Amino acid sequence: MMHGLNSYAMDKPARGSLLGIEHLEEKEILGLLKLARRMNPLKARPLLRNKRIVLLFYEASTRTRSSFEIAAKSLGAITTLVQSSGSSIEKGESLLDTGYTLRAVGADAIVLRHPCAGAPHLMAAHLDIPIINAGDGMHEHPSQALLDALTILKHKKSFKGLQVAIIGDIYHSRVARSACHLLTKFGVKITLCGPPEFVPDVSTTLAPGLRVTRHIEDALRGTDVVMLLRLQKERLAGKKIHLQDYIARYQMTPARLRLAKRDAIVMHPGPIIRGLELTADVADGPQSVIVEEIRNGVPTRMAILARALGKAK
Amino acid sequence: MLSAKNQRRESASLLIKGGHLIDPAAKVNAPMDILLRDGRVAEIALPNKIRGGADEKFDARGLIVAPGFIDLHVHLREPGQSYKETIASGTAAAAAGGFTSVCTMPNTQPVVDTEEWVAWLRRPERGAVVNVFPIAAATRNSRGAALTDFAALQRAGAVAVTDDGKPILDDEVMRAALRLGAELNLPVVQHAEDTRLTEHCSMNEGATSFRLGLRGMPPAAEAGIVERDVNLAQQIRESRLHVAHLSTSDALKAVRRGKRAKARVTCEVTPHHFILLDEGVGEYNTNFKMNPPLRSSADREAILVALADGTVDAIATDHAPHAAHEKQVEFERAAFGITGLETALTLAITKLHRDTKIPLTRIVELFTAGPARVFDLRGRGSLERGNFGDVTIFDPKKRWTFEAAKSLSLSRNTPFDGWQFTGKVVATIVSGKIVYRAG
Repeated sequence: MMHGLNSYAMDKPARGSLLGIEHLEEKEILGLLKLARRMNPLKARPLLRNKRIVLLFYEASTRTRSSFEIAAKSLGAITTLVQSSGSSIEKGESLLDTGYTLRAVGADAIVLRHPCAGAPHLMAAHLDIPIINAGDGMHEHPSQALLDALTILKHKKSFKGLQVAIIGDIYHSRVARSACHLLTKFGVKITLCGPPEFVPDVSTTLAPGLRVTRHIEDALRGTDVVMLLRLQKERLAGKKIHLQDYIARYQMTPARLRLAKRDAIVMHPGPIIRGLELTADVADGPQSVIVEEIRNGVPTRMAILARALGKAK
Repeated sequence: MLSAKNQRRESASLLIKGGHLIDPAAKVNAPMDILLRDGRVAEIALPNKIRGGADEKFDARGLIVAPGFIDLHVHLREPGQSYKETIASGTAAAAAGGFTSVCTMPNTQPVVDTEEWVAWLRRPERGAVVNVFPIAAATRNSRGAALTDFAALQRAGAVAVTDDGKPILDDEVMRAALRLGAELNLPVVQHAEDTRLTEHCSMNEGATSFRLGLRGMPPAAEAGIVERDVNLAQQIRESRLHVAHLSTSDALKAVRRGKRAKARVTCEVTPHHFILLDEGVGEYNTNFKMNPPLRSSADREAILVALADGTVDAIATDHAPHAAHEKQVEFERAAFGITGLETALTLAITKLHRDTKIPLTRIVELFTAGPARVFDLRGRGSLERGNFGDVTIFDPKKRWTFEAAKSLSLSRNTPFDGWQFTGKVVATIVSGKIVYRAG
């Protein structure tokens, strides 16, 4: 292979890469949202005709994977799905070698979902094609934050003066990290709510304008957006959390939701567990935009891919 | 660089002339000439007072002459991992960094837990350029259960025992190790990490680990073990505890408490812990991943104070070479550790002396008399007459740029590539022979 494995230097990622929200500028975010609003999967122009996009998924995914795939295909791109099982990854191939291999077979961009934080950064530092982060460990999930922003802006005039409550397991959540970065860039005030195991005090250092509370009533009062997170049982190793206590203190119920503004929307990145972080009434209720979020995933990811491959005009 | 010519040189005497000698153990800080003969210090005298000729002269004008530096903590990877480093390459890097003696850690493949392996490390075939003092495993295969045969290991040449890379967690095993060490006057070196609190962790716990979505090692995981060990050392008469690569403020407090109580407790600090912070990890730079991890600025400040006030006994590098493919992976999967032999002195001069105003005499002490005392390396750490002719000569003002590509180590995993430094090793002398001379 032609790659040189002798330098650790973190070069700039290829143009069009989307590694996270943290280091994006406001105008880049607004540009992506504007583009996403113009994207219609049913009437898409073949902007990415003959482009080859590899979906490299080291972790289970329903929403993200299918919506990236539909987004790419709507734009006329060719997609290939590579998963850890059934590929050379199973045989012990390193992430970088897998990347070089995919580059060599002609990938124009790689959409990467990986259980390790920073995996997309490693790839981007060594490959000359755009890397799109589709979720890296507990770190970031930028396309989710963008589709959530798009969803919020469909219901609220602007980010200005908005209050958002994010409730649940912030510590393990890449969705929460990306959402905090994105919304606080526009001055949104965010209250993080949950027990210390899920919402450590250090959480407020993530971005300016963050506040922590242990009381759900405190988080909900006067809020415009309620963002719920799934309890990630697969990441709970070593955390002493009793589900019944959690439900008693933090489950979103219709009664609690009434503390929020009357026009507050309820969001959830999915998958939802009815009866755990929220009741079925809330999930299916009039304020829930959970299904809309999923729907907005496709145009958002079309915008991300179009930008990645320089077709964002 | 070590040349064939140097190796062949059979000069019986070497006169180091015109330099400024800093020998903290002998309380010397003055211009002195030094005559080495037959591998030993023959004479120390005021400038131009040494009579008679020498086979070779070294012009040390404008330079600091010090006892040979001693590194209490290096991983030279042999036996078993010679793709990362060998004793020959690692000691060449040590010589380039001014070290005349290095103490090797036993977490090799296999683990150095028998006298045969201790003897193997010391054989001439290993090609060591500087003195190698093996530290043997404290428990068999470093599993933390059954103690090794300390007496046999000591007879074979081990200067201490440790399970470095792993802690000795079990209270009773640690107590037994300190007891046996006390009988033999052998230090027990502890890698203080409560691994029950650090599972799946890859850096320090704090704002940076939270931001990066990485599980963080709480500082208490180190301090808790040091506190327990200091308590044990206080209870067990004559026991000797040495805390390896100490990195947290709370662990320092425990060491201070032990020292005040006259327990035989010592500790070392690495250059990376006195210069770098956890935030240096940036966007997952694996050359900032080591164990113990880089800590907060409060911890670093506490370490700087302890280096200045005498609480810290030695600067040790924890030189931990790894191949590129072990570092160019996902951060959480990358190997812990960085190389350090060639940058230790210059980091100390740059950060501790130039920026923090710690006197050069104290810095030299941390590289010489301090470590020599920790492991009782007799005849080293000071240049008194009759001692080994191990000398480090350096220019404290020289400005230079470190280039990892030119390192003599087989590995390149350093965070300091391209850094501009003040202070550089000019020559390294082991038993009267020049083993390194700056090009």
